[in-house]
Formats: sequence, structure tokens, C-alpha cells
Amino acid sequence: MNSWIDVCAVDDLQPDSGVCALVGEVQVALFYIPKLQQVYAVGNFDPIGAANVMSRGLIGDLNGEPMVASPLYKQHYSLTTGRCFEDAALSLPTYPVRVEDNRILVGLSHE
Amino acid sequence: MSPKQTLVVIGNGMVGQHFLAGLVASTAKDHYDIITFCEEPRVAYDRVHLSEYFTGKTAEDLTLVPDNFFEEHGITIHLSDRAVTIDRAQKQVISAQGLVVHYDKIVLATGSYPFVPPVPGHERTQCLVYRTIEDLEAIQTAAAKSKIGTVVGGGLLGLEAAKALKDLGLETHVVEFAPRLMAVQLDEGGGAMLKHKISALGVTVHTGKNTAQIIDGEQCVHKMCFTDGEELETDLILFSAGIRPRDDIARASDLEVGQRGGIVINNACQTNDPDIYAIGECALWNGQIFGLVAPGYSMARTVVAHLSDQQQAFTGADMSTKLKLMGVDVASIGDAHAKTPSALVYTYQDGRSEIYKRLVVSNDNKYLLGAVLVGDANGYSTLLQYCLSRIELPENPDSLILPPRSDQSVGLGPDALPDSAQICSCYAVSKGEVCAAIAGGCNTVSALKTETKAGTGCGGCGALLKSVLDCELKKAGVEVNTDICEHFPHTRQDLYTLIRVESIKTFDELLDKHGRGLGCEICKPAVGSILASYWNDYILKQEHVGLQDTNDTFLANMQKDGTYSIVPRVPGGEITPDGLIVLGQVAKKYQLYTKITGGQRVDLFGARVEQLPLIWQELIAVGFETGHAYGKSLRTVKSCVGSTWCRYGVDDSTGLAIELENRYKGLRAPHKIKFAVSGCTRECAEAQSKDIGIIATEGGWNLYVCGNGGMKPRHADLFATNLDKDTLIKYIDRVLIFYARTAERLQRTSVWMENMEGGLDYLKAVVIDDKLGLGAELEQQMGHIIASYQCEWQTTLQDEQRLKRFRHFINSDQADQNIVFVEERGQPRPAKLNERRHFTLVEEAGA
Repeated sequence: MNSWIDVCAVDDLQPDSGVCALVGEVQVALFYIPKLQQVYAVGNFDPIGAANVMSRGLIGDLNGEPMVASPLYKQHYSLTTGRCFEDAALSLPTYPVRVEDNRILVGLSHE
Repeated sequence: MSPKQTLVVIGNGMVGQHFLAGLVASTAKDHYDIITFCEEPRVAYDRVHLSEYFTGKTAEDLTLVPDNFFEEHGITIHLSDRAVTIDRAQKQVISAQGLVVHYDKIVLATGSYPFVPPVPGHERTQCLVYRTIEDLEAIQTAAAKSKIGTVVGGGLLGLEAAKALKDLGLETHVVEFAPRLMAVQLDEGGGAMLKHKISALGVTVHTGKNTAQIIDGEQCVHKMCFTDGEELETDLILFSAGIRPRDDIARASDLEVGQRGGIVINNACQTNDPDIYAIGECALWNGQIFGLVAPGYSMARTVVAHLSDQQQAFTGADMSTKLKLMGVDVASIGDAHAKTPSALVYTYQDGRSEIYKRLVVSNDNKYLLGAVLVGDANGYSTLLQYCLSRIELPENPDSLILPPRSDQSVGLGPDALPDSAQICSCYAVSKGEVCAAIAGGCNTVSALKTETKAGTGCGGCGALLKSVLDCELKKAGVEVNTDICEHFPHTRQDLYTLIRVESIKTFDELLDKHGRGLGCEICKPAVGSILASYWNDYILKQEHVGLQDTNDTFLANMQKDGTYSIVPRVPGGEITPDGLIVLGQVAKKYQLYTKITGGQRVDLFGARVEQLPLIWQELIAVGFETGHAYGKSLRTVKSCVGSTWCRYGVDDSTGLAIELENRYKGLRAPHKIKFAVSGCTRECAEAQSKDIGIIATEGGWNLYVCGNGGMKPRHADLFATNLDKDTLIKYIDRVLIFYARTAERLQRTSVWMENMEGGLDYLKAVVIDDKLGLGAELEQQMGHIIASYQCEWQTTLQDEQRLKRFRHFINSDQADQNIVFVEERGQPRPAKLNERRHFTLVEEAGA
């Protein structure tokens, strides 16, 4: 069960780039790819660099799969599943995103 | 194991040293104590590139002996001492200084001396020869008081010497006894074309002249009187009329010498005393003296093999040569004079482009026997392989020298070469060895050079090496994929051209027209860099911002904990006390760690993303600009204080450094670019380890290019000497834009140079001679970059929309709680993982 939290306006996003939002106590990296009409949300914490920087990584695709590259050591993570392309043991958490009335809502699941 | 024997090597020239290097790398090294005599005051140096001594290379640059070579291998060297006789009965070598040394084996590598024709007056002052560094020093001293210089001898060495005189600023003449230049290597047509070209360069060539005597001149020091009654006044005479083997020690020791000199050797390079070998220019094999370095090296390898009990015979050597004489390509292969009975000859002469080519072919029209190329030696490698590997010629051999008239491709693919074909004759590297290295993982030219040494001697085989590499990789199914990434089927250079030719201004436009997918962290910054190099837009414009690496996006350098460092520009490293105070105050206020960089500026570490605009506001208010430490762009121009303060300074290096840094700041390139300017040859600014290095000399600025410190240091190449400032800037403009256009992504200038076909000579041809006709365009483009410079921080601070990015959270003013500092040596540093658990958050400063 998700609760949807309003984090920012669509205009606050950076097309083809990322921003970081504080969703509850969680740092979430939001990426907006206008070409795909998609907003992706993954954890902002880089598990290898151990720093909150994923929102500042470059985005694009590898073989068609949307991804973000860590700005520290360049590992690629899928924006849809969060898995790390280089190391199957690693992944970023992913979050559902909804756009309503030009607002971005991020879903956090209750345990 | 039997006790060690004593091996005495007489002569430490190029060949003697090559022998020692080969010996210590062989199994024979364990069987010998090695002693070597060197008559000169310094150990072996590169005589082939001797003329570079006049264009700025030092004796140290020319040395062929690695540091500590003799100590490391336990070799005893007697410098400035000449071995004069061998007492073969007692097995002793006796030196000029009276040393007596026992030997078991001797290798004679005494080389040769310049032949001075016994013309009356040849012993006058300022009548010199061209062989050793001491000779060069004497020439330099004499040239300083001379206006006119004359070289006697129009052979290969004579023309080298003429170039040296010309470089020293003298009006230069060449006097040759034969009716043409380079009579040994060239036929009449080739010699005539060479004379024509060299005359056009301002050297007066007199052929068919026999000097009768040299007497006092009227305007000059000397007057040369020729047998035909003509005269030539000159201040300096350089004899370069051929070489003679240094065989005096052999004569004194009763070893067999040839009628016209030279120590007679057999196929194992042994003299008539089997314990004594002779190699290099002092040796006479089969009635022949070999006056080139490659055959000498080959003899050295033969002796090493012989001492290691391996069978390897010296069976003569190919005397083909290719060289550039004063910028003119000249090559001679095999039987250039068509002395082979009933040989067929093909000749091609292009009067407009001043090219002469001649092929000598066997009378069945199947095999190449020899060739002469003047003005364009591009076909040399192919022709040499046809000749040496006895490859059957195409049906119409003339197609090899005629300019291609249609799409047909002539020339010999590297695939047609047998494995035994020699690619590099300096280091005797065969195609088989090159292929083995490629199979072993060398997939770049520079890796091949390191692994096999091919291409590191004279460099003449560079293009062939590259084509073998490409061909092998392709065959191995290693698709030679030079695509930048999966999104563009193009190289960086292709993308640059597309952007330029189609006036493409954004990544999306390029992707729509020439790519697929969304792009990635490889192609996006690469295209961002090309767009910036070409158009020089503000990089954080909406359409460009997504292309930038995080450092460019935040105009600062991300550190391991996600904070940033800030480096304001300090042109030339010159900074006022007030400037330093502001840096200190800002660092203190924001609790930043400060460190002096190698590029003579101050790096401020530990700024959180939301602090960056606040800090820059304060820096810009007092006149600082962004330092582009975050960009693949011009970084710094380091300098010494130069003539303003220094007792030794020759020119104002700081002033020039500041001017250059302000000129090129903001220029984006495939990788970062560092400059340095030194005010004298003491080189305190370390300019020769920079992409662009400049050193002041009495005659102007010397320009060095493509050096690097870092992971793989590379000494910069001397590019041009004695330049005035305008020419210097013109050359730098052209080099930098040519680099921006043609380098691969993230390729420093050093690697760019290593992989450039034609290397330094090619770059000189493009930049100095404007061979591609691009000069004006390159300068114009640099003009555009300079005119459109902006301080990116100043622009950013004026743009509310852009400033929105400089917060950690889009929806909160909180700071990132994960950033924790601890104090070390009085300054903050990022807390390590285990420390974070114990320390509380340092309160955010200035917010």
C-alpha cells in the first residue's frame, strides 16, 4: 500500500537531468526524460561511493534501458528496476511516481 | 660454472651501446665481466638526431644510456680514455692514459671519423667537422661570429649539416664535388629535383665543384678557390665529405684491414683474431662499410648471439633510407642507380608539385630492385616491402608511383606482407613480432611501441605499423569499432565534423539526425564538449545542461563525499596580497579545507552544493573568475617569475603566462589542457611536461607541445624555436583547435600525438606549413572562442532559474545529513565511515 507524497511542481524538475527531493526522511533522486514522457524516482544514495549524489548523475539508456550513471565512480543503475548493470548484488531502491495537476507525487510504501 | 671471462668493448657510440644493451639482456651476461672504453667525455648519444642539438635539445636529451645503466649491470666504463693498442700475445688492451686491461674477448666499436679532403688550407680556423657534440659546440661558437657558412659535401650528412647552419641563422652554401646531391642514393633526376627544392629553401647549392685551396677572404674569413676558377667567400667551413672507418687500433694491433680502411670481419663479425669482433662503421664486411646505424645494430645483435652460443650471421644490410632534409622528403631503396644488368626503369616527374619518383624493376617486370623518391616519400614503406620481401609487383608497376587517377587503390596492404617482413629496421622488428604483440593485447600504436620498440627509433615506420595494427585487429574479428558509444555510429572526430558542417547546435538535433536512443554518460559529455569547443555557448543553457558531467553542471569539482571544491582562476599564478586575504577569509567563513595546487592556485574543499553560489558571490565581488578546474578545458598557465625578478630570466614569463591564460581561458577540449612558461632554460616552470610549454631564449620563445606529467609522463616535443609572440600565439591557436577537432574523447595531447600518423612532422606541416590549408580557419575559430568567453559563475549568479539547482533538496532547505567533517591538522576533512558513527553533524556555516 502506497501513500503518495507531493514533492514538487513539474517545472521544478530538470529535463534530461536530475534533482533530489526529501520524501519523508528519504532522499529520492527524480529524473525527467521528456522524450519518454517519464519521471523516474530512485534512491539518492550511491551504495559504492557512500554519498547522497545519484541525482547529480548523467542519465540516458544502455541498450534501450533508461539508466543513471553514478557521478562518483560511473556505475550504471536502471531507472526502472534500480539494478546495477555492473554488479548484480547492488541496486538502488525505486519509487513509483505520479503526475497530478502539474505536481509530482512519489509513493512510499508502508511496512 | 666456469669462472667469468673479461669482455672489453672499445667505443661507446650508438653501436657500442646497442651491443651493451643487447648483451646485458642476453644469457651471455653471466659469463663476462664487462669493461668499456669511451674516448669522448660523455656516454653514447643519438648522432642520428644530432642537428636537434641546435634546435634546443641538450646533450642529456640525446643520450642513449638509461640512468645508472653501467652501475646496474656492473659494467666498468673508462670515459675520456682511448684504447690505443691490443697486445694480442699477452691478451691486454692498453689505453692512452696508460691503463692495461686483461681481456678474453674484445668488441671493437670505434666508429668512424669525418673525412676532410687534403685541400691546402683545410686546417685554418673555423674549418670544422660535424660528428660529435664537441664539434657542434665549436660550430655554434664559430657561427656566432659568422654571416656565411659553407658545407663541403652534398651527401646525406652534408645536407643535415647545412640544415644546422641554416638553423643557426647563417647564409648557407653547399659545395659538392659530384654533379648532383646525394650522389650515393639518388639518380640524376632525383638529385636535380632535390637541388631545386633545397635551393628554393634558401640554401645555395654548387655541384660539380672541386676545391683547389682555401685562403684568406676579403669580406669573409675564408675564400674557397675552385678548380674551375670560381671563388666563394665564407666565414665558416664544415667538412662533411664522407666518413672513414676508425681502424687505427686494428692497424696498431696487426689485425687485418681493408685496402681503403675498415677492419675486416666475417659473417660472425669476427676479425682475423677470433677473440676480437668489430661492429658498426669501423667494420668492413664483404668489402663494404655500412655508414648507417641499422646495419651497425644488426652487427651488434650478431655478436651478442655469437657470445650466447647461438647461430646468427650478419649477411649484409639493406641500405635503403628515408629522411626529411630541410622539410624535403627523400628516399632511396635498393638498387637506385639501376646497376642490375638489363633492369627496367620507370620514372615519374611532376614539375608543378616538385615530385620525382623512379622505380627500378627486374627485366621480367616482376620484382622491385630499387627506387628513388624525392618530394613525396609516402610510398616508401610499401615499396621497401616489395623490394625486401620480394613480393611480386602488380601488372603495371608504374601504378605504384603514378598518382591515383580513379578510385582504384594501389599500394600494398599489410596483409600481403610475409611474417618475416621487417617493419622497423632500427630495432629489427618483424611483422610476425608485431602481430604477436597485437595478439597479446596491444591494440594501440603506443602500446605496440612500448611492447616491441617498433617505431621508436627513426619513426619512419609509424604509418606502416598503424596499418598492420588495423589490419590484424580487423582479421582477429576484433571489430575495430571506433564508434564513440552505442548511440552514435561515429568517432568523436566524425561527430565534430557533422556538428561543424551541418551547423548542429544541440545534442537532441545531433541525436535525431545521426544517432539513436537517449544517449549516455559517454556521448553526452563528449558532444557537450564538442558543442562548447565549436559554438562556445553557456554550458548550463537548458539544452546543454543535461550533457554535462556533474562537475560541469555545478561548476565545481565533486569530491568523494559529494561536496565540491572550488578553484578561482589565478592567471599565471600571480596573486595580490588582497586576493590571498579574500581567499583566506572565504575559506574561513565557510570552513573550507585549503590546499595549494600544482597549477599555482588555491583549491578550497568541502563546499556543499547550496554554498557554491554564496561563495562565488563573494569571490566575484572582488574580481575572481571561475578557474574551470571542473572542465575538460584550459586549466592553468604555470610560470616562473622570469626576467622581472630572476637574475637568470631572459624574458617576462609571468607576463606571457597571464596573457596566454586570459586568451585561452574557457576553451573546452577533448581533455584538460595545461600550459607553462619558463623565463629561461633552467625551466623552473616545468614547461616540457605540459600540453603547451614555452621557454624564453635569447632569440625568442621556444614552443614545446604534447607533454604530460601524470600517469604516463611524456616529454613535450620541441615544435618551433625563436618565435616572436605573434607567431607563437598563431601556432598555439592552430595546435589547440586542431587538437579539439581531431583528438578522441578524453585523449590528452600526449596520446593524441603518440597516435597521430606522421607524428610531430605532420603536426608541424599542418600548423607551420599550413599543409591542409586550414590555418586561417583554425585561427578564426579560436578568435570566436576568445570573443565569446564568459565567466560561467558570473552568468550563473545572474540567472534565478539556474540557481534553483544549487540546493541539495528541491523541496527543502535542509542540508545533506550524510556530509560530516572531522578536523585534521587544523582543517576539516570528510569523516571516514567508522568516524561518522561517533561524531555529530558539524553545524552548517553561513546559512
